[in-house]
Amino acid sequence: MKKKPFAWQHNPGFGTFTWAVMAFLYIPLAVLFVYSFNANRQVTVWSHFSFKWFAVVAQDANIRLCAYNSIIVAVAATAISVAIAIPAALALERGPGFKGRALSVGLITMPLVVPEIVTAIATLIFFSTIGMANGLLNLIIAHTVFCIPFALLPIQARLQALGGGFEDAARDLYGTEWRIFRRITVPLLMPGIISGAVLAFVISLDDFLISFMVSSSGSTTLPVYVYGMMRLGVTPEVNAISTILLVASAALAALAFVFTRPPGSEAPAKTTN
Amino acid sequence: MRIKPALGLLSPAIIVIFIFMAIPMLIALAYSFATADAYGGVTMPPSISAYVQMLFTQDFDGSLIFTTSYLLIIWRSVYLAALATGLALAVGFPVAWYIVCQPPSRRRLLLTLVTLPFWINTLIRTYCWILILRDEGLINKFLSWLGAISQPLPLMYNQGAILLGLVYTFLPFMVLPIYATLERVDPRLIEAAFDLYASRYRVLRRVVWPLARPGVAAGLVLVFAPALGAFLQPDMLGGGKQLLLGSLIEMQFTSSRNWPFGSALAVLVTLAVVIALIAARGRKEAPAR
Repeated sequence: MKKKPFAWQHNPGFGTFTWAVMAFLYIPLAVLFVYSFNANRQVTVWSHFSFKWFAVVAQDANIRLCAYNSIIVAVAATAISVAIAIPAALALERGPGFKGRALSVGLITMPLVVPEIVTAIATLIFFSTIGMANGLLNLIIAHTVFCIPFALLPIQARLQALGGGFEDAARDLYGTEWRIFRRITVPLLMPGIISGAVLAFVISLDDFLISFMVSSSGSTTLPVYVYGMMRLGVTPEVNAISTILLVASAALAALAFVFTRPPGSEAPAKTTN
Repeated sequence: MRIKPALGLLSPAIIVIFIFMAIPMLIALAYSFATADAYGGVTMPPSISAYVQMLFTQDFDGSLIFTTSYLLIIWRSVYLAALATGLALAVGFPVAWYIVCQPPSRRRLLLTLVTLPFWINTLIRTYCWILILRDEGLINKFLSWLGAISQPLPLMYNQGAILLGLVYTFLPFMVLPIYATLERVDPRLIEAAFDLYASRYRVLRRVVWPLARPGVAAGLVLVFAPALGAFLQPDMLGGGKQLLLGSLIEMQFTSSRNWPFGSALAVLVTLAVVIALIAARGRKEAPAR
């Protein structure tokens, strides 16, 4: 606001454009959300506000079974991927450089780069080749693979933000490596571990394509079942279950964001300006 | 902290992803060189028949006839993925630049708003557009209520709807890497350009854009790669007429039961992504030279 040339942060038109894009991102979700509270069987004809369809969905035995499957797979894949990601993050952030580090990082981030359809059919072929048809176990393995990079990133970011100073201080005070890990590293790392776990859980819960190809009749997950419902048409039941999934994912992701907040960023506004 | 056995701590992650991702992809590669038999199984003598099938169809007497039906699907997939990537850039770049120009607290809010949709199920995000675009959907209802139309507009089951679905799904992948690059730009460079009487547009074109290129390159790959193999958007918004690679591959493993052909198509998609990655890396290093 002082001299005109320095106000480069002010770009007329860009703000309006950005908020229009935000509207583009969120209006479709809002439409689903509102429709799911419509009592009318005809989705687009509004009669009155009602929780009716949520009750219908909650009592559906198939939906309950698939929700149960989804949660088992998500919990197992989250637990395993976090257990794998913690040592991996320590090795990458605190360990010395080693031959093949870039290759290892490339391999671990592979699930983020390879298109989902390729992962899906490769996993299907793999399980069929080794003759493994264990329903939920197949799904847990498939989900663990793509959950690992998502669990790893927040843990690694947290380690990076913390730096190695705390551990070095503990080592100067003759702490053993295990004791340092347990008493210093893990407590400090907790926010990263929690957000990594939540993100892995959400990614597993949301997955459609890989589950669609890998799951068998007894081990259908919720998104795969909902896809089947959607194929039959737009119904109030689909709206209700979709809204439940939408709110669950959004709430969990928001929770993860709270924990990903970098240390010391609580009051950043004062230092600038 | 010095952890000596770095490779030891890393090994569980490496082993799991190697066994359950790298090896399956290699098996799929091997499958693409197998031959499909009439019963949906495969016979093993290696052949390139699955790749030949992309270009030729077998006549009754066994002779090969050149066909463009699969080429058309491949072309349509590449074309729509490229168009979606271009649109995402056109929309995503101004958004990323606007976010960078905001004070930190507002930045956090905007970044969260851009990132949040990524964590919401793609299936449900795509379904939302069905509610809006279908014949009895929000837009058609609204327009007929206004009296602007008597027949519902055919908004779904066309390439435009697929394109919309792709841009909607993958837009965050474009905004975030560009933002990450622009955030690190030294503001003094921009101030210097203004001091030298560059116009707002000129600064954006000659200073900000070149500095953003590594992020743009990353964003292009991050949108193009998933868009090329996309399944849900073409399946749900494009209907049966606009077949794309994602659906074509899926069909080979479900209804058509031709695993070698499906694998060969998956190999094709993977190769395209690898080429895009290499091209992006080349661009990333270009300004440094």
